[in-house]
Amino acid sequence: MAKRAAPEVNAGSMADIAFLLLIFFLVTTTIETDSGINRKLPPTDEVVDPPVIKQRNIFTVVVNKDNRLLVEEELMDISELREAAIAFLDNGGGQGEEACDYCKGKRDTSSSDNPEKAIISLKNDRETSYKVYIAVQNELVAAYNDLRDREFALLNPMAGMTYTEAQKRYSDPRSTATEKAKLKPMLDEVKSMYPQKLSEAEPSKTN
Amino acid sequence: MSKFKKKKGGELPAISTASLPDIVFMLLFFFMVATVMRDSTLMVQNSLPAADQIQKLDKKDRVMYIYAGKPSGRYSDKYGSQARIQLNDKFADVGDVAAFVLAERASKRQELQNVLTTALKVDGETNMGLITDIKQELRKVNALKINYTTRVGDYTQNIN
Repeated sequence: MAKRAAPEVNAGSMADIAFLLLIFFLVTTTIETDSGINRKLPPTDEVVDPPVIKQRNIFTVVVNKDNRLLVEEELMDISELREAAIAFLDNGGGQGEEACDYCKGKRDTSSSDNPEKAIISLKNDRETSYKVYIAVQNELVAAYNDLRDREFALLNPMAGMTYTEAQKRYSDPRSTATEKAKLKPMLDEVKSMYPQKLSEAEPSKTN
Repeated sequence: MSKFKKKKGGELPAISTASLPDIVFMLLFFFMVATVMRDSTLMVQNSLPAADQIQKLDKKDRVMYIYAGKPSGRYSDKYGSQARIQLNDKFADVGDVAAFVLAERASKRQELQNVLTTALKVDGETNMGLITDIKQELRKVNALKINYTTRVGDYTQNIN
């Protein structure tokens, strides 16, 4: 038998394979987006008559220039901050009209009345490091998110997702309008139960 | 004995390179799509702090970026080691922030002008004083929505 020359490989379909791969990568890659902690600054116009807030409804967090934390006049490690903030927000010590029926806290009369009144006040020094400030912000937001997750799961047991996941779906531009319309009342209800009241004081000057 | 005669053109034919352009174009398209364009070259150190309670910054057309940190590498000789603000491609002072925001706002479409977010991309080693100054400037021009851009990670990475 005569040995024949190997036939040339047909390269005509190579372009098709290339396009197939191209489309595959196009569909599967997500372009990296920036992410971070969203905050809203207070407007500059001076409040003429600042409302009087009871001391027990304020949770003060001070970060000094050595990046140490003073929470409610006591030194605290940052790992305990989330727990402490949750305990304060979820306390529900109010009586009568100010009572909070969904709070699961200790109902301590020397702590916050209800989550709507509870304010977290964050104060930092000009020499506080930005890294630590972000860590503190992160833990305080985490406290709110933990509580909102809990209430969201109780109110919407069929949703199959947590508050943070639902919020992500809601702000995702790829979600459909019907899904957003469905999520909005669910999110708003939980948000009104634990409104995020995080106030930032003007920083202290270091001498 | 012609059956066992060695054939002359017995070597393998050259592989066709006709599809090479296709492969190259595929790679080109892939990188074109997957790369994020950076509007301005970074002149400051920018290792962002880590956080995990974060929200995404979609819709790039609604975001303006303010960078801050110590001048990096070749700029540190000229500009020192104090943390500085970078707006577009230039180092700037705190006083320039307001003008920058107004210029950015004017360059956007009208319907977006009220929903702009300011993304603060600040190096982790910066002192809060500078950030507070930036925030005060932003309040003056009513740019109240801000985003502290972070890496995804546990907060304990920030403490050492």
